[in-house]
Amino acid sequence: MSGTTRRQILTSIGLMGGAAALYQAMTVLGHAAESRFTGPPNLQTHRKGQTVLVLGAGLAGMLAAYELRKAGYSVRILEYQARTGGRNWTLRGGDRVAEMGGAVQDVKFAAGNYINPGPWRVPYHHRALLHYCRAFGVSLEPFIQLNYNALVHSSDTFGGKPQRYRDVAADFTGNVAELLAKSIDSHTLDKELTQEDRARVREAMRGWGVLDGDMRYTSTLHLGSRRGWDQRPGGGPDGAPVPVSTSSLLDRHDLFAPPVWQALSYFMNYEMQTTMFQPVGGVDMIGKGFAAQVSDLFTMNARVTRIAQDDHGVSVSWTHTETGATAVEKADWCVCTIPLSILSQIDVQVSPAMRAAIGAVPYTSHIKMGLEFKRRFWEEDEGIYGGISFTSQEISQISYPSYGFHKPGPAVLLGAYTKNMAGLDIAGMTPAERIELGLKQGEVFHSQYRKEFSNGVAVAWSRMPGSLGCCAMWSEESRKQHYRNLTTMDGRVVLAGEHASYLGCWQEGALLSSLDAITQLNKRAQAN
Amino acid sequence: MKNLRSTLSILALLSVLPVAARADSPGAGGDRDATMATGAETYKHVCQACHMANGKGGVGAAVIPALAGNPKLASPIYPATVVLNGYGAMPWFNGVLTPQQIADVVNYVRTHFGNSYKDTITVDTVKAMAGPAPHPMH
Repeated sequence: MSGTTRRQILTSIGLMGGAAALYQAMTVLGHAAESRFTGPPNLQTHRKGQTVLVLGAGLAGMLAAYELRKAGYSVRILEYQARTGGRNWTLRGGDRVAEMGGAVQDVKFAAGNYINPGPWRVPYHHRALLHYCRAFGVSLEPFIQLNYNALVHSSDTFGGKPQRYRDVAADFTGNVAELLAKSIDSHTLDKELTQEDRARVREAMRGWGVLDGDMRYTSTLHLGSRRGWDQRPGGGPDGAPVPVSTSSLLDRHDLFAPPVWQALSYFMNYEMQTTMFQPVGGVDMIGKGFAAQVSDLFTMNARVTRIAQDDHGVSVSWTHTETGATAVEKADWCVCTIPLSILSQIDVQVSPAMRAAIGAVPYTSHIKMGLEFKRRFWEEDEGIYGGISFTSQEISQISYPSYGFHKPGPAVLLGAYTKNMAGLDIAGMTPAERIELGLKQGEVFHSQYRKEFSNGVAVAWSRMPGSLGCCAMWSEESRKQHYRNLTTMDGRVVLAGEHASYLGCWQEGALLSSLDAITQLNKRAQAN
Repeated sequence: MKNLRSTLSILALLSVLPVAARADSPGAGGDRDATMATGAETYKHVCQACHMANGKGGVGAAVIPALAGNPKLASPIYPATVVLNGYGAMPWFNGVLTPQQIADVVNYVRTHFGNSYKDTITVDTVKAMAGPAPHPMH
């Protein structure tokens, strides 16, 4: 080992990780398909007035209630929390976040500012969600994903100095193009490519990578038009631009470090490809859109304690979270959208196979931080309008608001969106410690952070009382063993939610699951 | 060698934890490496997220079990099994934490928060208990 540097080890990991990640990406692409939604369900029931009890007022539950009532069922919804929407949730000034363990955060954002602690964006191919947004009058606006002027940072790369996405993208592309052109010129690819294709690929590399006449990636006026300028084009006699100098192009060794290609490939992921949307005014506009359709069906503050069923119907026991009063609701059928993190602790009368599936799916501990600053310094000082800056630090990324551009006064950005071990680490902190971490790590990008900071909120999903986590965490093994058992209707009870889909951690998954569940329910109700 | 070992543990972490496949995700970067040398450190950076700094857990729509005064800790095998394989909402840590970290944190929890068990679990016992680590996906 003595002759091996840490950098060499990391490079080899990058290569190994690269192959694995590439394989992963290819697998995903191979399976990539647009949402299966082809239109709202056409549930025909000849037995009007059958009763359905829906457990949970998140998107899956509210969609089930909406479509089943439309089909002629008599529906009621029980919800644990005092608000509808579930994980479809927006925090604004005046809101309060109470977490398990007792920590309470009061949100102090200025009027008009918000953060979405859960879902926040809608890909253009999430057709079910887009359908219901249109149907329920939920206004959408672009969510800015890719911003070439945002930043890429890694503690181990480029001396720890953040680089513009534009620069790493241009230099990465240019270096790949130059290397491929060299391989062609040194006849390494003679067996792979015909002479004609060698010429074609070589020419493609010249254009794609912006190589010079000698097929080198180097500073030219032409490169300036992609990479930017030391002196930008202007007017008047001295308006001629000066391209970046060759010496300021990024180091090739660092360019091929994992954080760089990972940031570049992030937006190639099928679910991340533009066009991306967000609801105007906060993601909970979607939840409110659904809730308005079924507003007369809710019983709030109801903690379900038991779900029983027999040949004649279901009975669900629940306790009022404030008064402690208990009650039993009876119905012909039940759509249960309670997250498995909660449901696994409830006495549910279903087959042993479904019971096992309910207990086999743990939940993620994502963190999202909303930080309010006194002004939009990222726009005013740096020309960053929306988009995402990436870092290898725990906060993982900063996402700048995709609304309210140029608005004077305070604005809120997403100061952290974490996962895995970082999510657990930050969840274990007090809210004040989380915010401090967010400021300390975010300062790497923006020196204005401390001076302009006003207030913040940090939501730790593992401590959220209604879900004990953010998203269901499936493994290849648990999918194989339990997924079918979880999603196949058991007697009079059918489960729904993002956990019961292959689009986990997306609102679309919750909706597709719900549509499948009510289709199963309706079929069984007709056969009964 | 120490360097290599910690690097390999990072590699194991990368290969085991959920990847940005289909789920909404912050992307590949921004994770914490798993260099936690003591049971106290592992508790603070991992377990405390749910079981709280005082080991008392919490109550919501469901319960995060308390580790303080929990009779299920009487044998170290039970908590080691739960840490390896997960339980309910709690994820598995087999392949995420090392057997040493799992042994350390089980021993830590059984001697803190008012617990004062005398016996300990060894890293070899944890290794023997660990089956193949699951392959995450969404």
